[in-house]
Amino acid sequence: MSACALRVFLQRAAVTRKAAHQTFSQTRAFPQCVTGSYTHSRGINTLTNSLRAEEKVTVHFLNRDGKRISVKALTGESLLDIVVNNDLDIDGFGACEGTLACSTCHLIFEEAVYKKLGRISDEEMDMLDLAYGLTDTSRLGCQVCLRKDLDGMILHVPDVISDARVDSEKESSTAPPKV
Amino acid sequence: MKIHGLSSASRCLAAEGGVRGLSSSSGPRVCIVGGGPAGFYTAQQLLKDAAVDIYERLPVPFGLVRFGVAPDHPEVKNVINTFTQTAQHERCSFHGNVNVGKDVTIDELRQAYHAVVLSYGAEGNRSMGIPGEDLPGVFSAKDFVGWYNGLPSNKELHPDLSFETAVILGQGNVALDVARILLAPVEMLKETDITQNALEALAGSKVRRVLIVGRRGPLQIACTIKELREMVNLPNTRADMLPADFEGIAEALKDLPRPRKRLTELMMKAVKEGGDDKAEKCWGLRFFRSPVEVLAGADEKRAAGIRLALNKLEGSGESVRAEVTGQLEDVDCGLIISSIGYKSIPIDPAVPFDPRRAIVPNEMGRVQDTAGLYCSGWVKRGPTGVIATTMNDSFDTARVLIQDMEAGKLDLSVNKPGAQAITALLQTRGVRMVLFSQWEKINAEEEKRGKSLGKAREKLLDVDEMLCRAK
Repeated sequence: MSACALRVFLQRAAVTRKAAHQTFSQTRAFPQCVTGSYTHSRGINTLTNSLRAEEKVTVHFLNRDGKRISVKALTGESLLDIVVNNDLDIDGFGACEGTLACSTCHLIFEEAVYKKLGRISDEEMDMLDLAYGLTDTSRLGCQVCLRKDLDGMILHVPDVISDARVDSEKESSTAPPKV
Repeated sequence: MKIHGLSSASRCLAAEGGVRGLSSSSGPRVCIVGGGPAGFYTAQQLLKDAAVDIYERLPVPFGLVRFGVAPDHPEVKNVINTFTQTAQHERCSFHGNVNVGKDVTIDELRQAYHAVVLSYGAEGNRSMGIPGEDLPGVFSAKDFVGWYNGLPSNKELHPDLSFETAVILGQGNVALDVARILLAPVEMLKETDITQNALEALAGSKVRRVLIVGRRGPLQIACTIKELREMVNLPNTRADMLPADFEGIAEALKDLPRPRKRLTELMMKAVKEGGDDKAEKCWGLRFFRSPVEVLAGADEKRAAGIRLALNKLEGSGESVRAEVTGQLEDVDCGLIISSIGYKSIPIDPAVPFDPRRAIVPNEMGRVQDTAGLYCSGWVKRGPTGVIATTMNDSFDTARVLIQDMEAGKLDLSVNKPGAQAITALLQTRGVRMVLFSQWEKINAEEEKRGKSLGKAREKLLDVDEMLCRAK
């Protein structure tokens, strides 16, 4: 197992341990992926993927610096998993590790692809509302799982408010709001 | 985060035989003051090109992630995993229990490092500035949150929870966190990392009604929808709103951007539906009201109520402001929590400070008139924003610092001793540093104690006890 995959596994396990302590946060909707929700067994599935029937699909990330990163990934993986497992160079992606507690895995989809995606939950929409540069075809990567019919899709990684010349007093109402 | 291949600066570092312990090694050395999210995220970016030392006043790291995020939001604390990776990076070292400004000065740090980044956040709070504010029964949200989250300096807070009504001034996410913690069923909290004494106090609490008061109207509310939804969904509570506060709001909905529209719709739903009449507890938002006086009880010894001035709104769009009408309203209550903002304080006379904005004056993270000194996080921008806001801001400061290194604005030709010199200085002053591996012992102890109580962790509340466990 690569060091990177090990890190993911351990992080997922940590998320699970922490999730077990959440009693009333059942509003946290984990994506309905083919391989199931984030549990220890899912971690094991990731390790033994050669034994399963998931299919390989290609996705393209259009990064903030304009560079395109193409990766092959398995159906059932979330887009956050793909970024983490492939160690993609996207600063600050997935800060909350896929638990719907941030909006840093915000991705913008092509319109035709967006329409094919699964239903968006209130909980995802609540966090997506805080994302900078929100569009009508935005989703959180941790909630979207790869399917065969999404092969070849292009995912646009949006800019974050990272231009320090922006005066914080002029932030728009769609910018991440107060604490 | 991604740790990139070596830049030319760090190849120089590697060629010289690494960073640790070799006084002859060169390569950029940066010091970060503050071990919270700003400090760690700044370090993450800097590690690509420099050796980084983080100094933190408490023996324990993570700042508001540990002491600010609500106990029932454990997923928000997942960032601790990435901070832990950063601290364990071979070019990074964490030094806890070091009070910069007292144990060591900024000038001493600037002599030992090529650059210093101030990431020490906002440990003070804005005061309401009204008579009676110092009466028993009035707390800042910062202290109340610190109390249930185990901040050592708040362990003796002992808030009296024997009153039926609590009033919170301010309607940001911190205010909603406080309201939720006050009204949540104990079952919801008993497996979290809330401190045991707060849990017991809340279990015996008589607080049944919490009002969350804002100066302006529903369209200006500062909280976000997730926190509002948690209030609406709180078991055994109902919403108690004033329909009059919502006049004209339904008509304004269609022109609102989606995030504000959904938030407002959720509030309107709470106004309309209210909730289960049989619910024992209630919460309500109150708009157009500013606190003008805390009223003492008949014995004059503690708070028994709050006097609110009624406002009207002038202006429009982003610049809507509250203006007084002259009308007043008194609310009986025994617990008053002021949640109107944290505030940074100056750390060292050598560092410029803007008392009006309560930040370190800076241009894009470069401290004004002070070469080699930078800032990130709340001390740079003011105390607003979620962790991701601070993350992006910290990445910005790090990039600016690296740009300055590459542009020759920092003299990297001079060798700097870094932690070696500071550690020696601290030893002569009798300061006991806590390294990250020692924090991990404290961490293990907290998890162990938590396990025996069925909780995620039981935090150590006492700095001396932390130091003892760190041995």
